[in-house]
Amino acid sequence: MSEFIPYIVEEREETGLYNAKMGIWLFLASEVMLFGGLFSSYVMMRVGALHWPHGSSILNVPLATLNTLVLIVSSVTMVLAWASLRLNDFKKFRLNLGLTILCAFIFLIVKYFEYTAKFHHHLFPKTSTFLAIYFTMTGLHAIHVIGGIIVNAYNFGPGSKMWKTQPHRFINRIEVSGLYWHFVDLVWIFLFPVLYLL
Amino acid sequence: MSSEHSQGHDEHHQLSWWRTYVFATDHKMIGLQYGITALFFLLFGFCLMMLMRWQLAYPGQPLPVIGKWLGSANMPDGVMLPEFYNQLGAMHGTIMVFMGIVPLAVGAFGNYIVPLQIGAADMAFPRINMVSYWAFFVGGVVMLTSFFIPGGAASSGWTSYTPLADIATTGQTFWIIGMVCLITSSLLGAVNFITTIIQLRTKGMTFMRLPFFVWAQFVTAFLLLLAFPPLEAAAILQLMDRIAHTSFFLPSGLVVSGQPLEISGGGSVLLWQHLFWFLAHPEVYVLILPAMGVIAEILANNTRRPLSGYKSLVYSVLFIGFMSFIVWAHHMYLTGMGTTISAFFQATTMIISIPSVIILTVFFLSLWGGSIRFTIPMLFALAFLPMFGIGGLTGLPLGLNITDIPLHDTYYVIAHFHYIVAPGTIFALFAGIYFWFPKITGRRMNDVLGHIHFWPSLICMNLIFMPMFIQGLAGVSRRLYDGGAEYAHAQGTLHLNVLISWSAWILAIFQLPFIFNLIWSLFKGPKSNDNPWESTTLEWATPTPPPHGNFVKIPEVFRGPYEYSLPGAKTDFAPQCQQIVT
Repeated sequence: MSEFIPYIVEEREETGLYNAKMGIWLFLASEVMLFGGLFSSYVMMRVGALHWPHGSSILNVPLATLNTLVLIVSSVTMVLAWASLRLNDFKKFRLNLGLTILCAFIFLIVKYFEYTAKFHHHLFPKTSTFLAIYFTMTGLHAIHVIGGIIVNAYNFGPGSKMWKTQPHRFINRIEVSGLYWHFVDLVWIFLFPVLYLL
Repeated sequence: MSSEHSQGHDEHHQLSWWRTYVFATDHKMIGLQYGITALFFLLFGFCLMMLMRWQLAYPGQPLPVIGKWLGSANMPDGVMLPEFYNQLGAMHGTIMVFMGIVPLAVGAFGNYIVPLQIGAADMAFPRINMVSYWAFFVGGVVMLTSFFIPGGAASSGWTSYTPLADIATTGQTFWIIGMVCLITSSLLGAVNFITTIIQLRTKGMTFMRLPFFVWAQFVTAFLLLLAFPPLEAAAILQLMDRIAHTSFFLPSGLVVSGQPLEISGGGSVLLWQHLFWFLAHPEVYVLILPAMGVIAEILANNTRRPLSGYKSLVYSVLFIGFMSFIVWAHHMYLTGMGTTISAFFQATTMIISIPSVIILTVFFLSLWGGSIRFTIPMLFALAFLPMFGIGGLTGLPLGLNITDIPLHDTYYVIAHFHYIVAPGTIFALFAGIYFWFPKITGRRMNDVLGHIHFWPSLICMNLIFMPMFIQGLAGVSRRLYDGGAEYAHAQGTLHLNVLISWSAWILAIFQLPFIFNLIWSLFKGPKSNDNPWESTTLEWATPTPPPHGNFVKIPEVFRGPYEYSLPGAKTDFAPQCQQIVT
């Protein structure tokens, strides 16, 4: 199977990309359309609404700011993990990837407290259209965070054996999962002002 | 992505039965899996329609024999209940589009042919390819299962318009979950196709030397990649409405069966339609572009001359791909979204018809001066041209706001798009099956059975869909359970229902020679050589059937895709991998 396929590790000259990098960019394009569809829905719901609450009057802005910082830090450590591999420093890679996973968990834990606080005050998705779109979009984003944790945890644990056998391919893999992780962060960078601040 | 340890070792040892036939990663086996599954769904979707045709031709009369088998919840004493009719209608559309034609045109033909035509050993991501098939399979199983749950399958039309779909029975939830699986499958497939076509073209295979079929698949993959996610977003919102009782698509003050709904309200019904048609209009081109690709291959091969205007075809298909994202609201003229928006979408709709006309014109011009071989694939391809022409031209009145209003949601619409997908796309896919069968199996299909399949199918298709134009122009709505028996304006065209229904049933009978031919030729058909049609493209340069890895040696490409009847050449075809001697 894979022994036949070129450009798994090295780049194709005309495109300057190896296969997986092209694949992840295409996948991210479809993700942009997915979240784009939801953001457009948000705009249409809001424009058509008689009144729309100010996000900060319902949602917890300090906690969300903390979460924003956590995700930005995780993006930095993700890049550092990739850079460490390029510099042939596997220990530093493990450290940085581990920190990325940790940040993702912190984000989810904070999110969990935010959600339960809402439920505690009897604020559910069915309560209002604002809360409906809030829970839907942040929920979908949280699913993406969980997906990132799974990928990174695999590369941290069993997947990292590849470093011994095919180091170049492993670096590619980290780059690709890094691109995905940055996208997940970027979605949050849009979600935070749209839902909490506007 | 875990089996790297086996990489490099599995070159020579035999793969297990499970890895070869079930969890296959070879693009050819996945293509066949897609093909067989999709043909099954096409037949199943057709059966749903044949049941509906009984109710339309003979409303309220018990269906002999078969009616009793379908259970008293659906057909007490063999008489079809309206709820069951609605399920059949919604599922016919869903199954034919998402589980029949798209998997056959893209999943099967695309998977099997594209890597061969670009000179690649496999798809770029074989394991993702496998996941794509199994996601499709699971989606199909979920859809089929929904027939057996209380309340039956989804019954709100294949468009699942809200608020009806929000308050429908559990079948609608199954529909959403099934759709999410099918969307996942399409996305993974699209990523794979685009990467494969860009990255894995062999040496010398420049973009302008790609066979048109590959171009069509390339643009189709972009449509799947970018148009499906908004439907996924819409499906998530509808799922929230149904499960978490939100009101994305439910306006305030909704009353159902005399009871006000206990909802927060404030939702937008139009939002669903926008999100749905943002997918579903590009989807129309997903249905037709691969078919056009198949037709281009077969026309060039059987006219023994180059296509007139390969570049026009390529630029047209790219333009269609782009424009198809900004025509969606021509499905929504009747919603009251406003005349300004209507005017915009009317203009874009007229513009997108231009490249379609260019493509059809190129196909017709390519017949000029050719030495045409009337093979079975060529017959289907030739029939495709006028059938697609009728379907396309009758679409123009639907694209114009003012003429759409009386025709909207009538049988005219059904006739229009079925001319495109049934005697259009499905004929093209039949043509493709007859054309590539010798390469896939190493045996040829029977010509006599092919004729018995082709001619009656062509006649029946027209007897089914042509009368629907008349019914539609009389104003008969497409969603009537009794075919319009209770409406005064429909009385004059009611007798056509009997003709249409009998034509549909006869059409089914004349698919039997095809099914028989397919199975019989697989075992008993005359042996074929590597290039039975004397074709130029790379898939005919492989051993037959192509082995794991496809080519004995990955070929280099020296020529364009359709170099037939070159002056001064010994043969009338010059394969792409044949060196140019100067």
